[in-house]
Amino acid sequence: MAWVNAVIQGILTGGLYALFACGLSLMFGVMKVVNLAHGDLATVAGYVGVGVIAATHVPFLWSVPIVVAIMAVLGYVLQRSLLQAAISRGELITLIVTFGLSIVIENGLLQFFTANTRGIGTGSSLISASFSIGSQITIAWLDVVIFGLAIVVLLGLQYFLSGSKYGRLIRAVADDREAAQLSGADYRHVFGIAAGVAFATVALAGNSYGMTTVIDAT
Amino acid sequence: MSEAVAPQRRVDSGTPLLEVHDLVVHHGQLRALSGISLRVYPGEVYAIIGANGAGKSTLLRTIAGLHRPSGGSIVYDGKNVTGVRPDKRATAGIVMVPEGRRLFPSLTLEENLKVGATYARPGPWTIGQVYDLFPWMKERRNQRTAQMSGGEQQSVAIGRALVANPRVLLLDELSLGLAPVILQRIYGMLPRILASGVTVLLVEQDVSQAMRVATHLQCLLEGRTTLEGRPSDVTAEEVEAAYFGMGSSTSADAKSPVRSAPDVEGGEA
Repeated sequence: MAWVNAVIQGILTGGLYALFACGLSLMFGVMKVVNLAHGDLATVAGYVGVGVIAATHVPFLWSVPIVVAIMAVLGYVLQRSLLQAAISRGELITLIVTFGLSIVIENGLLQFFTANTRGIGTGSSLISASFSIGSQITIAWLDVVIFGLAIVVLLGLQYFLSGSKYGRLIRAVADDREAAQLSGADYRHVFGIAAGVAFATVALAGNSYGMTTVIDAT
Repeated sequence: MSEAVAPQRRVDSGTPLLEVHDLVVHHGQLRALSGISLRVYPGEVYAIIGANGAGKSTLLRTIAGLHRPSGGSIVYDGKNVTGVRPDKRATAGIVMVPEGRRLFPSLTLEENLKVGATYARPGPWTIGQVYDLFPWMKERRNQRTAQMSGGEQQSVAIGRALVANPRVLLLDELSLGLAPVILQRIYGMLPRILASGVTVLLVEQDVSQAMRVATHLQCLLEGRTTLEGRPSDVTAEEVEAAYFGMGSSTSADAKSPVRSAPDVEGGEA
């Protein structure tokens, strides 16, 4: 039965990875930016989560939408400033810039938060609760919740991209930036929105990761 | 404005809707346009003709804002728009159908039109109106445009521009890769577009097609104007000379003096 256990745990972990990957994929698909700082931004989101809880004393579940909103705004601003400047200088420049951003983030976090690890306290028993199937398979409820979240996020992203006005513009700009401009769309604004959405998913991924294990600056 | 549909009449009274003064555009080292001027009046069909590499598309793309001129100015509706971004020009009413259609391949027909309508000016054209103009579109609105024929794609590109409710519609090389019979059908839509109050500035390699629809004609050769006038006032010989740059170009009519093009200026791609 060990292999059944491995498959089940693997699928559940895959949910977390999908949460990490969808933002990366969105930014690559739309802006052709390979965001090497993606993982670091997830860590930033984890620290933002820790900070929001420490500063406002809101329960964990309430802190999540706040963190998502903060990260989405950060995504828009970062895209309109640094990343847009890199994109206008060529696709390879974005690699160097995001690599540099990754180094800056890692060392910045190390400076401010030290190398001590932190966990995101959910304040509920969910974090350690589990259930068993048979005698050999034990599944953590947290993994199931994160897997469910990943499915909801992916479906939501799909719905947003195929059905909404901005989703349509994002796909149009990804197809042909210049033609979208001729239709009156400011592609830089559309890029900013795509980055905002990508960063929102990064926030969810970072916080999910912070719940399952711990986050640290390196 | 529908009286402008009758060809051979230039409405050169009143203020021009679009003015280009001494436009100079470089592609890197290459001088693509060397001082082009034109005036487009409301309700006109202004055709720019010329051989490959004459600078026609560059002129249209610069008017749409996709190239930054190194000299000269573009005035639209009395305002200087030379430094304005292309998306701002589109929302102000200068909308281009780009060369090669440039539809969004991963979007369906209707989604292409919806993108065109997202930042539309208020006006008569809606997606429903476009379906009236091209009735075949309604049934195929959920298909991707990549599967469609060249003529169908060109129609979608025109529809996408129309739903933005342009005041000036820039048509870049509609005839490219289309069979003559399909092209006839697409140009057949022009009177209905003009009747809605849209002014048309088009670039065309097919001279006879341009002569048929235009109220005013301008011929470019190697980035310079070689001939300008109403289609009724120019002879086939003059057009031929201006198009190919053979001999010294002659005056089209007394009212539109023609600058002669020096045959030297080489290096056109």
